[in-house]
Amino acid sequence: MRPRSAFWPALALTAPLVLFLAFAYALPFLGVALWSVTLPEPGVGQYERLVSDPLVLSVFLRTFRICFLVTLIAVACAYAVTYVWVRGSRMQRRLIEICIFVPFWISLLTRAFGWLALLSNRGIVNSWLQALGLIDAPLALVRNEPSVIAGMVHVLIPFAVLPLASAMRAVDERVLLAARGMGASRLRIFWSVFFPMTLPGVIGATLIVFVFSLGFFVTPAILGGGRSIMVAELVYLRMFQSPDWGLGAAISVALVVLVAALMGLLARFARLGLMGSGR
Amino acid sequence: MKIQRPGPVAVVLALLVGVFLLLPLLAVVPISFTPGRLLTLPKGSLSLTHYRTLFENPDWLASILLSARIALFTSVIATGLATSFALGIWMLQPRFSQLLVGFVLLPMIVPPVVSAMTLYFLLTGMSQVSHAIGFDSVIGVTLAHVVMTVPFAVVMVLVALAQVDRRIDLAARGMGAGIVQRIVHVILPNIGFGVATAALLVFVLSWEEIGVTLFITSVDAITLPRLMWMGLRDNVDPAVAAISVVLIVVTTLILLARMALQRRPDFEEE
Repeated sequence: MRPRSAFWPALALTAPLVLFLAFAYALPFLGVALWSVTLPEPGVGQYERLVSDPLVLSVFLRTFRICFLVTLIAVACAYAVTYVWVRGSRMQRRLIEICIFVPFWISLLTRAFGWLALLSNRGIVNSWLQALGLIDAPLALVRNEPSVIAGMVHVLIPFAVLPLASAMRAVDERVLLAARGMGASRLRIFWSVFFPMTLPGVIGATLIVFVFSLGFFVTPAILGGGRSIMVAELVYLRMFQSPDWGLGAAISVALVVLVAALMGLLARFARLGLMGSGR
Repeated sequence: MKIQRPGPVAVVLALLVGVFLLLPLLAVVPISFTPGRLLTLPKGSLSLTHYRTLFENPDWLASILLSARIALFTSVIATGLATSFALGIWMLQPRFSQLLVGFVLLPMIVPPVVSAMTLYFLLTGMSQVSHAIGFDSVIGVTLAHVVMTVPFAVVMVLVALAQVDRRIDLAARGMGAGIVQRIVHVILPNIGFGVATAALLVFVLSWEEIGVTLFITSVDAITLPRLMWMGLRDNVDPAVAAISVVLIVVTTLILLARMALQRRPDFEEE
């Protein structure tokens, strides 16, 4: 039903952005990929370092460990809030909405600073504990891995909420009604009926959160205090403190390949999810 | 009507997570009133010293103005590009458009640090042409921010377009409207709220962008987040607490206003 005449004007409308990104994003990325095989000398030496250099390896391992934990905690927390957000009363929905979306719009720096204010040596928690006489010296609550994890979970929960919410909204009320009609308890309905039906959303949220967490930079840099360095911070250090652009570029390319693989997985699950819900 | 309401366990868990989400935002407030020069809780007396710093120290004021300018430019350019793109996609065949949408969403999906390196490459290259458009320049930062924020604007406008009834457009076309008339008189008025939201989102994202800005600025184009970063990394400067409180209050007010606007009866769900 579409007349052919609309094709070219429509394509012309998309052209400015596509050309802009081709010039300002795709082309320079190829440049970075070129750096990874030419700096400091031509060859795949930088990629060999990715799998042999103990420092690089340990940073990658730490990144995976932290991202795994962060993903697990963030998705679990997000499931709880989304459940109440989607199925709760009007009041509950409004409250949850504020809790999720106000922090979402606030800068990463402000939020990282908030954690410092809360957890640092003279921060609120330590001040109160000392005032109560529970501790003598301040506890080291920040500049360590747990604080990095807390900060990252905080940033990532809202990203998990959206896929979970759309999965929960798609659940057919009549199925739940049928389960109750057949005498299932509330808990049974949740675990045996509701939760399995939202699994595609859980998988989607898990992949999205994991992918986003891999590239985290600001939060770990501030809350980790230079001790638990993650991949993204390593790139930054290699670029600006010990100029080693080739390695930074190689890590970037490796990250893109990893993310592409994970997104491919996500696309596959999304398709399965659509078929699974079979509406 | 929902059959299964959340039970007490679910509500308590959700509330705990909610408190966790608000905690760091609330923690900033008391710290910002400390009279001292260190990051501490105020003891005894409250002080507005750090708020005064924001207005009196030329660095803070300059970076606030710079960030506002960059965010405004970014918002106009990115929203314009995204709206044009989304309109084109809406009119194109779906199969063909998927690829294009996937391409323009890349900067949102690729890890920010990789984008940062990519834009660093671009801007150092452009510096060879002229310093005014390359590394550490206002135009360079704006360009980078447009790249990073435009996918979010595209998503917003596409979502708005998905809710437009295609039959309106079909009717306009049937009555002989050309493509310009269809866009200006039929489609754009229907997605106004979505485009405005996209512009607001881009403004906020650019205003607080740090991951990429850190790579592409050094001494000249010091945006507000860049200055906050410097105040956080080395010695935590309590002025960061003051600016944080200002940002949190402003953002919350904008969001509440937007929620109120959106809750007009015709938008009410259920």
